[in-house]
Amino acid sequence: MASSSFRLETQRDGVGVVLMDVPGEPVNTLRADFEGELDELLRRAADDPAITSIVFASGKPDGFIAGADVQMLHRIETREEAEALSRGGQQAMARLEELGKRKPIVAAIHGPALGGGLEVALACTYRVASDDRKTQLGQPEVQLGLIPGAGGTQRLPRLIGIAEALDLILTGKSVRASKARRLGLVDEVVPRPILLEVSLRRAAELASGALRPDRSRVHLRRIADREVLQVVALEENPIGRRILFQQARKALLKKTRGHYPAPEKALEAVRIGIEDGVEAGHRAEAERFGELVVSEVSRNLVQIFFATTALKKDTGVDDPSVKPARVSKIGMVGAGLMGAGIAAVTADAGIGVRLRDKDDAALGRGLRQIAGIFDERVKRRRLTPAERDEKMALVTATTDWSGFKTCEVVVEAVFEDLKLKQDTLRDAEREAPTALFASNTSSIPIGRIAEPAARPEGVVGMHFFSPVDKMPLLEVVRAPRTGPQAVATAVALGKRIGKTVIVVNDGVGFYTSRILAPYMNEASWLLLEGAAVEDIDAALVDFGFPVGPMQLLDEVGIDVGGKVAHIMSEAFGERMKPPDGFEKVAEGGRLGRKTKKGFYLYGDDKEKGRKEVDRSVYDLLPGGQKRSSPPREEIAERCVLQMVNEAALCLGEKILRSARDGDVGAVFGLGFPPFRGGPFRYADSLGAQQMVHRLSAYRDRFGARFTPARMLVELSRSGGKFFPEATAEG
Amino acid sequence: MATRTGRRAAIVAGLRTPFVKSGTAFKGLTALDLGRIVVSELVQRSELPPKEIDQIVFGVVIPIVQWPNIAREVGLAAGLPKNIEAHSVARACATSLQALTTAADAIAVGEVDVAIVGGAEAMSDVPITYSRPVAQAVVAAAKGKTLVDKLKAFREISPRDLLPVPPAIAEYSTGLSMGDSAEKMAKENGISREAQDAWAHRSHTHAARAWADGTFRNETMRVLVPPRFEDVVIEDNIVRKDSQLEAYANLKPVFDKRYGTVTAGNSSPLTDGAAALVVMAEEKARALGMKPLGFLKEYAYAAVDPAWQLLQAPAFAVPKVLRRAGMKVADVDLFEIHEAFAAQVLSNLQAWGSKKFADEHLGGGEPIGAPPEEKINPNGGSIALGHPFGATGARLVHQALREMSARGLGTALVSICAAGGLGGTCILTRE
Repeated sequence: MASSSFRLETQRDGVGVVLMDVPGEPVNTLRADFEGELDELLRRAADDPAITSIVFASGKPDGFIAGADVQMLHRIETREEAEALSRGGQQAMARLEELGKRKPIVAAIHGPALGGGLEVALACTYRVASDDRKTQLGQPEVQLGLIPGAGGTQRLPRLIGIAEALDLILTGKSVRASKARRLGLVDEVVPRPILLEVSLRRAAELASGALRPDRSRVHLRRIADREVLQVVALEENPIGRRILFQQARKALLKKTRGHYPAPEKALEAVRIGIEDGVEAGHRAEAERFGELVVSEVSRNLVQIFFATTALKKDTGVDDPSVKPARVSKIGMVGAGLMGAGIAAVTADAGIGVRLRDKDDAALGRGLRQIAGIFDERVKRRRLTPAERDEKMALVTATTDWSGFKTCEVVVEAVFEDLKLKQDTLRDAEREAPTALFASNTSSIPIGRIAEPAARPEGVVGMHFFSPVDKMPLLEVVRAPRTGPQAVATAVALGKRIGKTVIVVNDGVGFYTSRILAPYMNEASWLLLEGAAVEDIDAALVDFGFPVGPMQLLDEVGIDVGGKVAHIMSEAFGERMKPPDGFEKVAEGGRLGRKTKKGFYLYGDDKEKGRKEVDRSVYDLLPGGQKRSSPPREEIAERCVLQMVNEAALCLGEKILRSARDGDVGAVFGLGFPPFRGGPFRYADSLGAQQMVHRLSAYRDRFGARFTPARMLVELSRSGGKFFPEATAEG
Repeated sequence: MATRTGRRAAIVAGLRTPFVKSGTAFKGLTALDLGRIVVSELVQRSELPPKEIDQIVFGVVIPIVQWPNIAREVGLAAGLPKNIEAHSVARACATSLQALTTAADAIAVGEVDVAIVGGAEAMSDVPITYSRPVAQAVVAAAKGKTLVDKLKAFREISPRDLLPVPPAIAEYSTGLSMGDSAEKMAKENGISREAQDAWAHRSHTHAARAWADGTFRNETMRVLVPPRFEDVVIEDNIVRKDSQLEAYANLKPVFDKRYGTVTAGNSSPLTDGAAALVVMAEEKARALGMKPLGFLKEYAYAAVDPAWQLLQAPAFAVPKVLRRAGMKVADVDLFEIHEAFAAQVLSNLQAWGSKKFADEHLGGGEPIGAPPEEKINPNGGSIALGHPFGATGARLVHQALREMSARGLGTALVSICAAGGLGGTCILTRE
């Protein structure tokens, strides 16, 4: 390390300021080799008689400490190594805490204080946070399949109470300064410009004894009396605590279905620390941290994290001289579910939206949906009413083409019909002569839509996922004639509205819709063969999907699914052909949730809060009411193999630029289980040989649709992998 | 008297919401809502890049305490860039004419290049205040240090003081309501009930025809009413589609029940709505490639003693503006006259044509003469269309410009009477 990451700065009233400022990095992250450096600095502060108290702050303009360096964690190869790292971190924090008893240490927090960053703050004597939006505090380790490893599982529950600490540690969510203040996580919240000044004053006051932090939990401000009693009843006695931990574990298992070990391990570490003391707690924390760092689940989650981080830097084009166009307003054609969703996320990013639809009623529904999205966030206190109004004001609606001339991008989300989309393209080229045209089709090749285009280089696909405000993926589609600037602009726009963007080449269904099709189709085959709806869904939810394929079909619409299946089988032939007889399901208006009639019961037919299969659907299917399902493992394997095999085909056909994009697309667009790393990591974990072996076995039973992709066959012969070297970047 | 100097102001676009009877379609909206809705749509339709806007001048007549500077709030709420400066103006019923002429002056001297001007009124949302004794007690109580001090402040309050006070459309200086003043003018100027009713019938008939033949299609926007966006307001809802002259005679006088002639039928009603214009320096319009609807050639304001004939100031303002422009009534192709009351329109016209009036009030000389009726308000006026105070000026200017383009006319004059004994007028040209 060339220059130091810590420095001890000017002293006033006996206050020394320790600034963390990792050279050459935009944010501070914690690395093992800092330990010595920090220790040395703290020793100097400890020995300096002129220093009576210390302020710990960040030298970065907008961040405290973002957490441990994930690259560093990823390079660790053994459990012992990881455990030792945790031990080292715990001891460093203990020394910090110890020093604080002689010379009080105030953490001055502005910007993210996450993971190890929060653990540093917790080891300080007193915490002052800025009221800035950027200030976020949390223990997000579980999101990477890890747990806090530097004493977080021990200090946090002791500071803010077991229930609140578990809420942060087990979910990985972060809180803003005001909430942190209510929780007791920080002692004071101040406007950013005076953060350092107040921290200095508090440090001096703590040293002189003029200030004694009030840490009695019962006195936590703003907790209603009833809650305080509850806290006392549950947390202050062993029986209450046991109930608390049991409940937390039950709720956890229901959520993770056993796929994510980290929250469970964190819960254990907290429990052991409370029941058997801090010493045992720290030991438990380090052991579990060690186990988790080298676990498959964490490895996969970390890879996804690296992939999304890499995509954030990816412009989507190879030529670095191509710059995206500046977008200040989009024209949004179609105010339906997708169009309104796209309008909402666009306005949310501060970009104007001119929303067009054929009549006022359609516009009204669209505007209502947009307002609903923002209202919901006002309700959850994510937005102030004024912020909502400001965002809402960026959306104006029209039934004509006025206001389109000044749009830089026109996005269409009209009905999925080639001719209609081509007509829309012609209109847009006429009315917005300088704008890029982006189609939000989910299946029609962009090249087909662009056929009548006067400026085909300005036609691109922007495939959003429903619900647009919740789904994180955007699939940008590059047709043969799409120009690089159009791709770069679509990618930049997607990132600005907060999406993870992958760029794929043109083809029916692009990547995501294409790999979903055979997966859904396989579920249909299973149903037609006599499997029960709930068994099919349960099998894939057990595998790790958020919902099963039958429920998904209900959500997107059984008719829409049928339409897409038809397009796909037309393009890809026999292997994507839906089983005969499946079309009977949609007859009689059984279109899924939107008609309150699908594979499941909706509305009045259904018991509240319970998902129940509408058994009358079986009368439309072979086998009738008597269902007999294959084992769940087989159901899941058949569906998943179809998806993974198709993904391999997409990579082989160069629809995908990389296996990395394929994993990100499946995880963020389709809900492929993140702990499995995505279809390509999953294939690698089983091995190409095993994949080919299983696919071939199914081909023998069910026919050619299980023919292994050529890429898999080649890898199985060569013994290769989709991700050949275990580089951090994937 | 000098004529206008400096850069010429071009009006390149305009828009209004439908005007609706207060308490109907817009009853859930505030003047700020209406102003924001019309301004954001106007910017879209005009294809004006928002970053080109330098200034917003906007007004509302019934003041709302929460936003003392409505122009600023309209700009922010319309999602426009936050660095657009803004100030509000007030000149009663001529408020948005004032907004236009204020911006035109700023353009003339080179202070701004592009401005959005307009006004709004939500008569469905008026501030209800407390009596002065209660207001003073509340202020005193706020200053009190102890509870006893605070309570003492309310000692003098009588139960009567506790009734809320709705705003009255009355002159502060004279206490006379607008309608009383119209009655007074009808009597003093000898304007008959029949003439008033005939004018009202004419206003409704022309307005109904203009809606039917599409004249207003590009002048008005459709409003999807927030927050539910379920109702859509497409047209003005005050215009009588089948106005019958006889029907007016059946209405009873409102203000002077025994001897009066002013009825609800020959007066403008309480109305909700908003209107706005895009105005810019002529050379800026050329640089942006925007085709002006027309130009502001000249304007003038005048005032009379409110206790005399409250709504007769146009009789002074119009001769003044013609003189400044070096024009005669005959040079003007179109007159858009605000119709607060039929009695007021007819009084204004009478004064313009009266030698006696010219001798007594204008220092002698020939009267300017009343224009022929067919040149006046060819698409109806405020009696039929409604009169959201803050919006009417911009509505009249835009309506005049559209009519000029449609018929290839060269010059129009807008005349507005306003509370306080004020009058405002302007001359618009197409070339």
